[in-house]
Amino acid sequence: MPPVTFTLNGAPVTVDAPPEMPLLWVLRDLLDLKGTKFGCGISECGACTVHVNGRTTRSCQVRVETLEGDDVVTIEGLSPDGSHPLQQAWRELDVPQCGYCQSGQLMAAAALLSRNPNPTDDDIDRAMERNLCRCGTYVRIREGIHRAASSIADEAQQAGSAGEDA
Amino acid sequence: MSTHTVDRREFLKVSAVAGGGFLLSSYFGTFGLKDAEGSMVDFVPNGHVRIDPDGRITLTAQNPEIGQGVKTMLPMLIADELDVAWTDVNVEQAGLNTDLYVRQFTGGSTAVPTHWLPMRRAGAAARWMLVQAAAETWGVSSSDLETDAGVVHHRATGRSLTYGELAESAALITPPDPESVPLKEASEFDIIGTPVGNVDIDGIVTGTVTFGIDFTVPDMVYAVFEKCPVPGGRVVDANLDEVMAQPGVQRAFVVEGTDNLLGLRPGVAVVGDNWWLVNQARENVLRVEWDEGETASQSSEGFQAEANRLFEGNPAMTLRSDGDVQTALEGATHRVQADYMYPFLAHAPLEPQNCTAHFQDGKLELWAPTQTPESGRRLAAEVLGIGEEDITLHLLRMGGGFGRRLRNDYLVEAAWLAREMGVPVKVLWTREDDMTRSFYRPAGYHRLEGGVDDAGRLVAWRNHFVSFGAGERFASSSSVSDSEFPAGAVPNLEMGASLMALGVPTGPLRAPGSNGLAFVYQGFINELAHAAGADPVQFRLDLLDAAGPETAMDAGRMRAVLERVADLSDWGRTELPRGTGMGVAFHFSHRGYVAEVVRANVSRDGDVSVEKVWVVNDYGRHIINPLNAENNIQGAVIEGLSHAMGQELVVEGGAIRQTNFDQYPMMRMDDVPEIEVHYIESDNEPSGLGEPPLPPLIPALCGAIFAATGTRVRSLPLSNHDLSWS
Repeated sequence: MPPVTFTLNGAPVTVDAPPEMPLLWVLRDLLDLKGTKFGCGISECGACTVHVNGRTTRSCQVRVETLEGDDVVTIEGLSPDGSHPLQQAWRELDVPQCGYCQSGQLMAAAALLSRNPNPTDDDIDRAMERNLCRCGTYVRIREGIHRAASSIADEAQQAGSAGEDA
Repeated sequence: MSTHTVDRREFLKVSAVAGGGFLLSSYFGTFGLKDAEGSMVDFVPNGHVRIDPDGRITLTAQNPEIGQGVKTMLPMLIADELDVAWTDVNVEQAGLNTDLYVRQFTGGSTAVPTHWLPMRRAGAAARWMLVQAAAETWGVSSSDLETDAGVVHHRATGRSLTYGELAESAALITPPDPESVPLKEASEFDIIGTPVGNVDIDGIVTGTVTFGIDFTVPDMVYAVFEKCPVPGGRVVDANLDEVMAQPGVQRAFVVEGTDNLLGLRPGVAVVGDNWWLVNQARENVLRVEWDEGETASQSSEGFQAEANRLFEGNPAMTLRSDGDVQTALEGATHRVQADYMYPFLAHAPLEPQNCTAHFQDGKLELWAPTQTPESGRRLAAEVLGIGEEDITLHLLRMGGGFGRRLRNDYLVEAAWLAREMGVPVKVLWTREDDMTRSFYRPAGYHRLEGGVDDAGRLVAWRNHFVSFGAGERFASSSSVSDSEFPAGAVPNLEMGASLMALGVPTGPLRAPGSNGLAFVYQGFINELAHAAGADPVQFRLDLLDAAGPETAMDAGRMRAVLERVADLSDWGRTELPRGTGMGVAFHFSHRGYVAEVVRANVSRDGDVSVEKVWVVNDYGRHIINPLNAENNIQGAVIEGLSHAMGQELVVEGGAIRQTNFDQYPMMRMDDVPEIEVHYIESDNEPSGLGEPPLPPLIPALCGAIFAATGTRVRSLPLSNHDLSWS
């Protein structure tokens, strides 16, 4: 098969891989981006969650051949310096235990906030129910999403009022 | 260069390190050591404390990190006594080094009770030496000096030196006897008892922290290892040539293996430089003819039938016999009999089993996610026929443990395949491997009889436990202690057991033993309370009052957590709608005292939703890191919910039927209740909390379901029961 070219964390990448190879393994073992995790291989656990064209995607189920021209974002590209409001909230609340699922949790939560900046608990349930946390950090994940949402809102408000001042 | 020999049971090593500086570690044992000049070059990064002349403070986390927070918590103990600011501390993970470190082990909620004093002493001894160095530098008495946040002060003259400035001179101070070094009073703690975030948080939230699965070395190849679905099965034949013709496959070969079901099992290895490709070859092309062996005749259905048969006879062995149970039962006002069952469970940590190994020139190097590195090294040495001294083992962060990584089967597979291949090998299991070729929380079958007298007192208790094992030897994690409560609190009590042969390996899962027994014993106590017309909390308080000196726990501590949880949950003071109920349970395990109340709703269709859980814990004087403790306790509650609601492994033809998370449901975001965590900081030595909060959850939930529906749950999981009501 011809190489596949797509955008990965903002930069173009060309991959020469077996066409059916899942994006998960292309990321981990061909591109050395280990932040995206393998948990089940059947789209049940969400540890491999990434964004493809802005949408929450289980990378264990995406054949690399389908990605031509797509925009892929992984945990390594969620923010340039680890300062996404969700990453900040995760630090402040000390969300993780083992941490293995958290890349996927953060990516699922980031996609939620980008389409719904002020999610309710029900919205969070629906957006996050496909991401397992074996350690059971769900209480803090929920709190972290709420906290990130309010910090985004605060920033937007500050930016707005700064604009008015100017 | 000076040499001195230290000959105390516990002592400290100090040595200068390359570039100057100061390295300190605590030991148990006897040895002679060299104390070299600052130019010493054979520095290996070991010990618990290292202070560089530039002031950098490095503390070593000696135990394996599975997510329980020990990589943060143990260095907190050192740092507090060293008297440094936590923000100035760098933490490094140790590899396995039994010369330097004692008990590098994760399991049994033991880190706190084992290391509470030794870690603090390591910090305190280092501080003592820094103070001595300052005293010598200034020609003053050390008693006139004080420390604060990594600086030694002589207040009388206003002089101060940082630990970094003192590092080189401190390295020449003779270490003190750590047991005689004064430790801080609790009121002086700056770090212990404060909320401290995970030291690996930045790596976790950016996806850059290295778990076992992420570790690579140059020229590494990947391996999958197909084992018989029936434990003990052997390879008869395999289409190796066909597999080797597949893209990406370098080699496929049979491994004879050993009889140890927790060691190197027989199987077929497929190896290549692309894990996905070798696993494709294995899943789509590899065909193995197995000799399944005798375990193939075993099944969960057969075990239940055999248990029912054994219940009709006397237990094969008596574990405990107090008083006269038969007479007490016959004289009881209320008499209850019930059979309970809990199924096999898998640990299913989210990171599948893996290990990386390199065998070269007779030496083995392992990069291992393991809870028991010492056992792993021993196993690898034994199976490969090499010396333990020829093995280097690095510890990597683990994506969960829960007891699974107490056994090192995946580690020895990597070791073996690395020697076969001559290049570094990473063995990586699939989720299906992890669920079906593992060891398991054993199922258990209990017949209970109990009697309550006319005053509402529990006067008779009989338990026939049908479990697994050979002869009179219980299989791993399938026994019951003869002191399990209510033993000691009931005048007439019999505990007996009958064992069935089991070919499926078993072992510890978070709160081993307790995670099944609490469901049974606390559940039956609920039944007895109901028969007596008593409130489940009051019935338990009366039972704790009856606890004699032989009771294996401090009944007063349990009473305190029970009373507190009843109070916090408004037990007995809450008007609940139909279909909603509250349940209570307590359990003592791993030195921890925990009582829980669950409020759950059951819909008319029988769907259970847990609304709220109250957890009251007593782990002694200190909760070392409250930020992490709360997370762990909530996690234990959620794990208990997973066990209760839908998890069950079924043995069929000697193999495990469930293969992945779609058949082994785990709590998800939308299932999670509000969980309130409280502590009683009693005047007792601090103990661990990874396990004790799990066991009470399940019987408390079942009590809530009974209160909501009138249906008594005597077997798990709940998904096997029709809980609908009208």
